[in-house]
Amino acid sequence: MQQTEFLNVVLPFKDKLYRLAKRLLVSKEEAEDATQEILMKLWSKNKMMEGYNNVEAYAMMMTKNFCLDRLKSKQAGNLKLVHSNYRDENVSLQNQVEVSDSLSWIERIMEELPEQQKMVLQLRDVEQYEFEEIADLLGMNATAVRVALSRARKTVREKLVQKHNYGIK
Amino acid sequence: MELSNIEKLLERYFEATATVAEEEMLREYFAKEDVPLHLKKYAPMFQYFSIAKEEKFTGQVPLKPRKKSYIKWISVAAVSILIFGIYFGKSYQEQREAEYAYQETKKALSLLATNLGKGTEKVAYLREFEVTKQKIYNKN
Repeated sequence: MQQTEFLNVVLPFKDKLYRLAKRLLVSKEEAEDATQEILMKLWSKNKMMEGYNNVEAYAMMMTKNFCLDRLKSKQAGNLKLVHSNYRDENVSLQNQVEVSDSLSWIERIMEELPEQQKMVLQLRDVEQYEFEEIADLLGMNATAVRVALSRARKTVREKLVQKHNYGIK
Repeated sequence: MELSNIEKLLERYFEATATVAEEEMLREYFAKEDVPLHLKKYAPMFQYFSIAKEEKFTGQVPLKPRKKSYIKWISVAAVSILIFGIYFGKSYQEQREAEYAYQETKKALSLLATNLGKGTEKVAYLREFEVTKQKIYNKN
């Protein structure tokens, strides 16, 4: 496969890879590194790629595995994410402005979800994948995907309502 | 869309039984301004998902040309050939040297053998002399 041909295959879904990586790794830089790594791996395997009928699903799966490995090695090495300092409730002006923005709340709420729910929510609500596709990607069955998705959505709703009522009740 | 419809869809959304198309309808609905007050709390959720989808990968797509690996393998092959060449060349030279030394020794040994033959011939004369001497002694 030639370089231009490869790019034509890869470019439509590279943003999806990046968004999934960012959802899991949180930091923008790490997500970009991960995406580049995945694209490089794909390129090095590009002869085999013609055999795959769904390159996108394969790449998504690679991204998922890569990011989970990253997270695992990070925990083992006792390194913390750069963004973990989000959670200290310093009442700086900037933070107040940020917190008042409901949209960034949701991003933070999603950060608190377990990895699996994070991925399901990302794949369904942001990328609009079908349940079967998600099930294949994550190695779950479709029912488990539904359950995880419902749970994730309800958690987000609950926390959002909590934050809305904060200071009112 | 009717309000009761939206509420039903929302319920199915949270039970994760809605289809992708129905969820798309919800996203469109909450993207509008005129959402009733009791549903307004859901709006940020759907708006966030739409915004999250806009995020783009801005990094470079790193594609190295694959010629590099060829050069690497060729150099590996060249080095191994060189090492084998030196090894076998050396042993061949050693063999030739040994052959030469063998021939020289053989020559020297044969030289020694001919001289030794001459010596024994002379000794034979000496014995003849001894025999005649004895004959003379016996006659007297």
